[in-house]
Amino acid sequence: MENRSSEALPGEVIEMVTLTQLCQSCGVQTDWVVELVNEGVLEPQGPDPKRWQFSAVSITRVRVAWHLQRDLGVNQAGIALALNLLEEREALRQQLQRFGRSVPRSIVDADGF
Amino acid sequence: MDYKDYYETLGLKRTATQDEIKSTYRKLARKFHPDVNHEKGAEDKFKALGEAYEVLKDPEKRAAYDQLGANWQEGQNFRPPPEWDSGFEFSGAGAGAADEGAFSDFFENLFGQARAGGAGAGSGGQQRSRQEFHATGQDHHAKITIDLKDAFEGATRSISLRSPEVDASGHVQLKERTIKVKIPKGITQGQHIRLAGQGNPGVGRGQAGDLYLEIYFHEDPVFNVDGRDVYFDLPIAPWEAALGAKVKAPTPTGVVGLTVPKGAHTGQKLRLKGRGIPGKPAGDLYAVLQIVLPPAKTDKDRAFYEQMEREMDFNPRAKLGVK
Repeated sequence: MENRSSEALPGEVIEMVTLTQLCQSCGVQTDWVVELVNEGVLEPQGPDPKRWQFSAVSITRVRVAWHLQRDLGVNQAGIALALNLLEEREALRQQLQRFGRSVPRSIVDADGF
Repeated sequence: MDYKDYYETLGLKRTATQDEIKSTYRKLARKFHPDVNHEKGAEDKFKALGEAYEVLKDPEKRAAYDQLGANWQEGQNFRPPPEWDSGFEFSGAGAGAADEGAFSDFFENLFGQARAGGAGAGSGGQQRSRQEFHATGQDHHAKITIDLKDAFEGATRSISLRSPEVDASGHVQLKERTIKVKIPKGITQGQHIRLAGQGNPGVGRGQAGDLYLEIYFHEDPVFNVDGRDVYFDLPIAPWEAALGAKVKAPTPTGVVGLTVPKGAHTGQKLRLKGRGIPGKPAGDLYAVLQIVLPPAKTDKDRAFYEQMEREMDFNPRAKLGVK
């Protein structure tokens, strides 16, 4: 703990990670991540697992996927579906937020004639 | 310590069957799972559910818990009677939602020993790594929320991290520490920063794990972010829209001048190329035009609108086929 000084630590921004790094950082088994790739949950670049490169967003996806399986017993196909829906929901939420700002909401009873 | 009413947490009667406990837990866990439910309080609720289920799903633990009696109230000051657990044998706690954080004092006091003792049965990485002599510490993940401005200019931020650690007596406790992190310019939401060696300590001669920080932005009252692109609403007057105008607009790093084209309309986006979040390539900044109607407050204002009504050939409902 001594080396955890009060100096600001320079962070390294992660652009891409290898399969090994991804598994190590998320604490999951390689086979399990390969299954996620087969299910289309992750789309690494590269010809074979040894040379796979994952975008950094994959870290979030793998972690959420693992939580869904561990906590809720969701299987790989279910994880794929849940992740898609969660991301779609997030995109909609952001869109709604963008719209909600520009449209003031008020209702006035109209006088029909 | 406070008494925990695990049946109340799950919304069940004390007579609930094991099947009811399981299905109710599953249903509530799906609803409050912090990866699914981003509402405030969902994570705490999910943890409470996990703790309740940890006890009630296990017939031995449930029986021991039940014999504390039904007269306790949630939150009531509680001390376990001496030898309260004699005659019960707890097997080790499963992994479940449990291994991410410490349970309540109530749980730790009643069932904590069984939890630590059952390391072999559990699959929590903490417990497993204690049995090896040298092991790399686990990588740790945390979220960090920064201002949009930080992404434009870079910043230094202090963050508090709480991580569960197993103490000498085998209890899981939350330890808090604060670290300062340099936020590099050009970072965007969803990206990760790795801090080597700042994860959980290694065991024996093993190296410490890494700390991964996932970047989130605070909600900004003016700006919305999409990747590296930044959007904001720019209100303009009807004559600015009709005739074109030079206006001032805010950006996350200061004010810029902007030319509104002639015949502009609401929803039209004016792009300031490369003025979004810096990077390779940098994002764009979009001003989304919103035409704002001047209120007719004075007689003069109203006369002006009346003149427009008389002199301008304009039917806003032409597309609807009515006048």
